[in-house]
Amino acid sequence: MDALLAVAQAATLVLVLALVYRPLGDYVAHVYTSERDWRVERVLYRLVGVDPRSEQSWTAYVRGVLAFSVVGVVFVYVLQRAQAVLPFSLGFPAVPEALSFNTAASFVTNTNWQSYSPDVTMGYTVQLAGLAVQNFVSSAVGIAVAIALVRGLARRGSGTIGNFWVDLFRGSFRVLLPLALVVAVVLIAGGVVQNFTGFTDVTTLAGNSQALPGGPVASQEAIKELGTNGGGFFNANSSHPFENPSGWTNLLEIALLLAIPLSLPRTFGRMVGNPRQGAAILGVMIVIAVGSLAALSALEAAGAGTAPQLAGGAMEGKEQRYGVLSSALFATATTLTSTGAVNSMHDSYTALGGMMPMLNMMFGEVAPGGVGSGLYGMLVLAIIAVFVAGLLVGRTPEYLGKKIGPREIKLASLYILVTPTLVLAGTALSFAIPGVREDVESTSIWNPGVHGLSEVVYAFTSASNNNGSAFAGLTANTPWLNWALGAAMLLGRFVPIVLVLALAGGLAAQQKVPETAGTLPTTKPQFVGLLLGVTVIVTALTYFPVLTLGPLAEGLS
Amino acid sequence: MSATRTAVRTHWVAIRAMLLFTLVLGVGYTLVVTAIGQLAFPARANGSLVANADGDTVGSALIGQSFTDAAGDPLPEWFQPRPSAAGDGYDAAASGASNLGPENPDLIALIEERRAQVAAFNGVSPQDVPADAVTASASGLDPHISPEYARLQVARVAEARGLPEAEVRALVESRIQARDLGYLGEPTVNVLQLNLALAELEG
Repeated sequence: MDALLAVAQAATLVLVLALVYRPLGDYVAHVYTSERDWRVERVLYRLVGVDPRSEQSWTAYVRGVLAFSVVGVVFVYVLQRAQAVLPFSLGFPAVPEALSFNTAASFVTNTNWQSYSPDVTMGYTVQLAGLAVQNFVSSAVGIAVAIALVRGLARRGSGTIGNFWVDLFRGSFRVLLPLALVVAVVLIAGGVVQNFTGFTDVTTLAGNSQALPGGPVASQEAIKELGTNGGGFFNANSSHPFENPSGWTNLLEIALLLAIPLSLPRTFGRMVGNPRQGAAILGVMIVIAVGSLAALSALEAAGAGTAPQLAGGAMEGKEQRYGVLSSALFATATTLTSTGAVNSMHDSYTALGGMMPMLNMMFGEVAPGGVGSGLYGMLVLAIIAVFVAGLLVGRTPEYLGKKIGPREIKLASLYILVTPTLVLAGTALSFAIPGVREDVESTSIWNPGVHGLSEVVYAFTSASNNNGSAFAGLTANTPWLNWALGAAMLLGRFVPIVLVLALAGGLAAQQKVPETAGTLPTTKPQFVGLLLGVTVIVTALTYFPVLTLGPLAEGLS
Repeated sequence: MSATRTAVRTHWVAIRAMLLFTLVLGVGYTLVVTAIGQLAFPARANGSLVANADGDTVGSALIGQSFTDAAGDPLPEWFQPRPSAAGDGYDAAASGASNLGPENPDLIALIEERRAQVAAFNGVSPQDVPADAVTASASGLDPHISPEYARLQVARVAEARGLPEAEVRALVESRIQARDLGYLGEPTVNVLQLNLALAELEG
């Protein structure tokens, strides 16, 4: 029965996503290759001071990404610090410095980690002008970087990889905004609130008092899922009935957070002139996702562990309307993309069940990953995969007609080293620095024993991979964790982006080498298997030692 | 152009772009969605509020609430919701979960305590108490319980209200919501709406 239900809901999801794959992927490809600017866009470009017809070298593209993101961090930081004097602040005071930095870094990097409880911290102005705007533009930045890399693969002998500002505007206004508008209205129809009334005090049926929250929730929820952001309007995130009221809104939200990342391989295939190249990338993503979902569903349905066994099911931290299976589906989707929204609390999952979201993030957010970041992450792994294949047969590897030389391999290798370094160093420093260790153990960690270590590992994994979900028992609103996780988010986002754009620039400048009998075909199942193996070996296995100390120790003892 | 001048120019573009996005995506988008929501689905956009027979608003159909006395003890004449970790229980201004791990001794003790309490309160055997009755939800505001937990409370509620048990049982059965589309999520009973219907039963 359980297995049947799990398969039925997964099949529905696959069907919905299969239906959007081509139209959405093709549309996005059209958006980023079209020579025509809308009239309103031309006006906006003039206002902002951008020449939409000019092309940028990769260094200029990097400059644009970084300048825009620095401005974003400053902007969100200042808004929070000024909250006391802003309108619609619901009476909340200015947000403290460390927390403001953490939140600014979090939303600009598309992580949307929340060290704070939004219900009692952020007023409407910060939510709208600061956080909702970053939900759009941080996603648009992610797509832009992925598109720039795809252009690098598609172009020959080109000194440029596109125009960052044009890519940013088109992603925001042509892709994300129209989709978010439609989705937000559908969510309201499903019961998600959208108002500016603040708290409504009611006397309950039994005569108690209850303060019902309001707020522009549907508009945030729509872009939060579509842009794989994940920052909840409420502390309970997508488990809050005002964010996710029913079984079908739950499936819709899961479909939304997968829609763009899973359609981007199609965009990639179109832009390099062979959709089957995209289908191969998609194949790897799907194999990982289906395997991960099956594992988590089985582990949570089995409900191992003292507390779940005693309760008769792993229902702590889960909502009745989703139950175990729809919770597991959401948890898998949110951690395989870089969303990090939750409809159930991963901290209370069974020990091995709770390891799966961690493992999903440790894959490097590539199956399918965040909007844009998933695609460029997978393409970097594809470069590693053809390199490995080249080593096996002893010839210079190539991908899509581009030679994978020393420069490409250096950049790709640095790319895959960034997040594991941040995760492991961050976790290690949390326990190695005297003073910090005591603070982490006494203030931050919520659950005793090895589960406490898992909370810290989860936090640094989530921040460095720009996911944003948490073992939420962890009190992250401390100076150390706010600054350390904030730094991990910024480095985990922008170091890989710079490397990807450098890669794009070098690839774009190359001429195409002709295909020969010795060229590894990158559209066949053989390549899918190779890429899958590389993904598992170079990413997830890096973390095996630390997993044995945390969730594996807890689950197998 | 010197490197500094290029950098300064790029940052000015970024600042102007950020202001533009704030206006269009922060303010404009939100206001348009709010306007459509308020015009097309005013009841839902404003929180699916529900009223009792006298027309007083008593809560939201989507947000769970507690049915306890001033001391925080459960009232036998109302169907009881799941345990809640939001504030002191069903505090809608402080949504959240316990976040207690599967081997946490506090959670183990809590579950044992809840199981004993629910069993004694309803006069049933401890092993008949379903999982949702002894675990706190993710939001702390879960408006639902499982059909099993609702059925388990029928005899107690009927006795406390002096109603025929069959009548209360029939009410519960009529209030069971099947899975969405037949297979999404779990079957539920909305506690507030069940209790509202219960209050009207006595008329």
